[in-house]
Amino acid sequence: MARRRRALSASAAAERRRAAALVRRATDTARDAARHPAEHPPPGPFRPGTWRSPLRGLWLTSVLAVVLLVGLTIVAVTGLLSYAAYDPLLGSNDTTPGANLLKFYLFTWPTHPSWWYRVDQGVHVTLGLALLPVVLMKLWSVLPRLFAWPPVRSLAQILERLSLIMVVGGVLFEFATGILNIQDFYVFPFSFYTAHLYGAWVFIAGLVIHVTLKFPRMVRGLRSRSLRRELRTPLAGTQPEEPDEAGLRAARPGLPTISRRGLLAAVGGASLTLAGLVVGQSIGGLARRTSLFGPRGLSATAPHYLPVNRTAASIGLTAQEVGPAYRLTLAGAHHLVLTYEQLRALPQQAVELPIACVEGWSYSARWTGVRLSELARLAGMPEPAGALVESIQQVGSWRAVTLSAGQVLDPQSLLAVALNGHILPWDHGYPARTIIPNAPGVHNTKWVDKITFLRQV
Amino acid sequence: MASPSVRLDVRARSVAAWVRRGSGWVRRWYGANPLHLLALLAAFALAGYAVHAVAAAGQWTGFAEWFAVAIIGHDLLLFPLYSLADLSLRHLLPGGSHGRLPAVKPPPRGPFEAFQSAGSQPLDTKPAPGAAPAAAAPGAPAQPGRGTPAWPPLLNYLRIPVIFSLLLLLTFFPVILGLSAPELHRASGLGTGPYLWRWLGVTGVMFVISAAAYARNTRRAAARARRSRPKPPRPPQTHGGPAAQHKPLSHT
Repeated sequence: MARRRRALSASAAAERRRAAALVRRATDTARDAARHPAEHPPPGPFRPGTWRSPLRGLWLTSVLAVVLLVGLTIVAVTGLLSYAAYDPLLGSNDTTPGANLLKFYLFTWPTHPSWWYRVDQGVHVTLGLALLPVVLMKLWSVLPRLFAWPPVRSLAQILERLSLIMVVGGVLFEFATGILNIQDFYVFPFSFYTAHLYGAWVFIAGLVIHVTLKFPRMVRGLRSRSLRRELRTPLAGTQPEEPDEAGLRAARPGLPTISRRGLLAAVGGASLTLAGLVVGQSIGGLARRTSLFGPRGLSATAPHYLPVNRTAASIGLTAQEVGPAYRLTLAGAHHLVLTYEQLRALPQQAVELPIACVEGWSYSARWTGVRLSELARLAGMPEPAGALVESIQQVGSWRAVTLSAGQVLDPQSLLAVALNGHILPWDHGYPARTIIPNAPGVHNTKWVDKITFLRQV
Repeated sequence: MASPSVRLDVRARSVAAWVRRGSGWVRRWYGANPLHLLALLAAFALAGYAVHAVAAAGQWTGFAEWFAVAIIGHDLLLFPLYSLADLSLRHLLPGGSHGRLPAVKPPPRGPFEAFQSAGSQPLDTKPAPGAAPAAAAPGAPAQPGRGTPAWPPLLNYLRIPVIFSLLLLLTFFPVILGLSAPELHRASGLGTGPYLWRWLGVTGVMFVISAAAYARNTRRAAARARRSRPKPPRPPQTHGGPAAQHKPLSHT
């Protein structure tokens, strides 16, 4: 009995000792954590063990990075060219005044080739959409680094992490505003032109520094594995990458649920799906019917319908404004006022030209009307420095546009009165509208009632 | 008497030493090459200049808000949400967290073994003979001898069409949900009515393609399994054969 009690008390004492040791250890750990917070990440995403995907690694991130490096550069360049296409240095064309240093590259937008703007914006919008899955995948591949512990190691690292706001914030901001804009979903509390242009510059600043700092690492990443071998490796053979200098590979990788080639195929497939279900609106013809989600795609294929981005109803056009009382004023060396019938009696030309919207959609059509150069001659100024074209539309953007001399004098530039052999529909600018080769859609002013030929712009 | 060139050389050397000392000091104090600092400052200056133009246009607040919302919305909302959805799907599917169906009748060699030991072993690794009995541990819903075909993992055939569909929704929700209908109609005279149906249709087509691919792969794998089945290893009533024991270790 006594022996048993002794044994019991001995086991109780051992229990107590063990408990005390546990408490001591816990206290030590806590004290240690307080003294050296760097080595004790808080729970959750800050613990390396939380991130389990065996596909994350420097190679995968580098492959996505090189795709984005090429793709986003094209999207940025086509975007900046689109800004140049608005000829912001002329008259009051600039919707984003200020920041003159960023306009260093501007040049007078040419009228040839007439398809340039159409292709530029088609590429900008469609390639942008195609890159969305790549951007999301790239962010997924580096997201553990957002929670890297300790968050700060040096001043250099603080600055570098801050610079990522420009890249990540910039790319998400540009994609969000662009994607909402092509669908006319104007929920943003700023002008699209201002925000999308200057947001792009913030992104470009971030991208340049990011590429500068990470390019050697990206090259090392690309060299760390063979793309050809990865494309031949099924799920069964998919191994985690080697631990890398960037800490992208999981500390304790789990089992893969998809091969690396499967992941890349999924991203590529998603890109092709997004772009493929839109691009028809930029190609036109039968391809327009494949554009299920392009806002001027399949929806804009009704017979005798050509898409517009501003309806007569939206500017409150009245029958009186375009009826017998309509007058076209030409101002130059002298003043000239024409009725609609007099305008139609002038020599008419027909041209086949595309209308291309900044939103990426475009279509080609046959326009008939009077050459702008002919109207300039009538106004007594056969070689103007430019022209200010004004619309009946009283308010809103693009009611007046300044054209360059090259645009006025191009033999394809018309004040059109007919579209595809029919009198202009109201939505297309009846009684008369300009059509300028290679100009952005909004620079083809509708419902024109005055053209002033300018000695200087 | 030192020649001028020697004097110049001495001066150049002292300048070089001074630069080295200075850059060493910056390196210690800053944590990287001084050029790193210069490049970053240049980038911040460019971005600041662009943001200044937004501020001059009186749109700074909304601009900054949307930048912040874009980052937070992706990193702290969208990413956790889709990760959680993916984890849930993997746990809901039979086969546990790896989305594999339980090895009702694990196939003999060939692709199935590969599927089931995915990633944890190289393709050519066969379970060690001693490991097989241990792998057929209690709890595994093994029903050898039923002759039911074994199934490839279902996970990717489900989540790929789901991801594609949700990506389309994420991109085109303004027209799919008709949120931009008033503005779009004002601008173009067009409606948003058809987009919801198109999205549902495309989603349906993706699931059909995925199901067809799944059926094809299952049939192919089963055919391959039949072909590569060892000669009568057991009496014919147990169709499973010894392969039934080729259970992946990862399932125990």
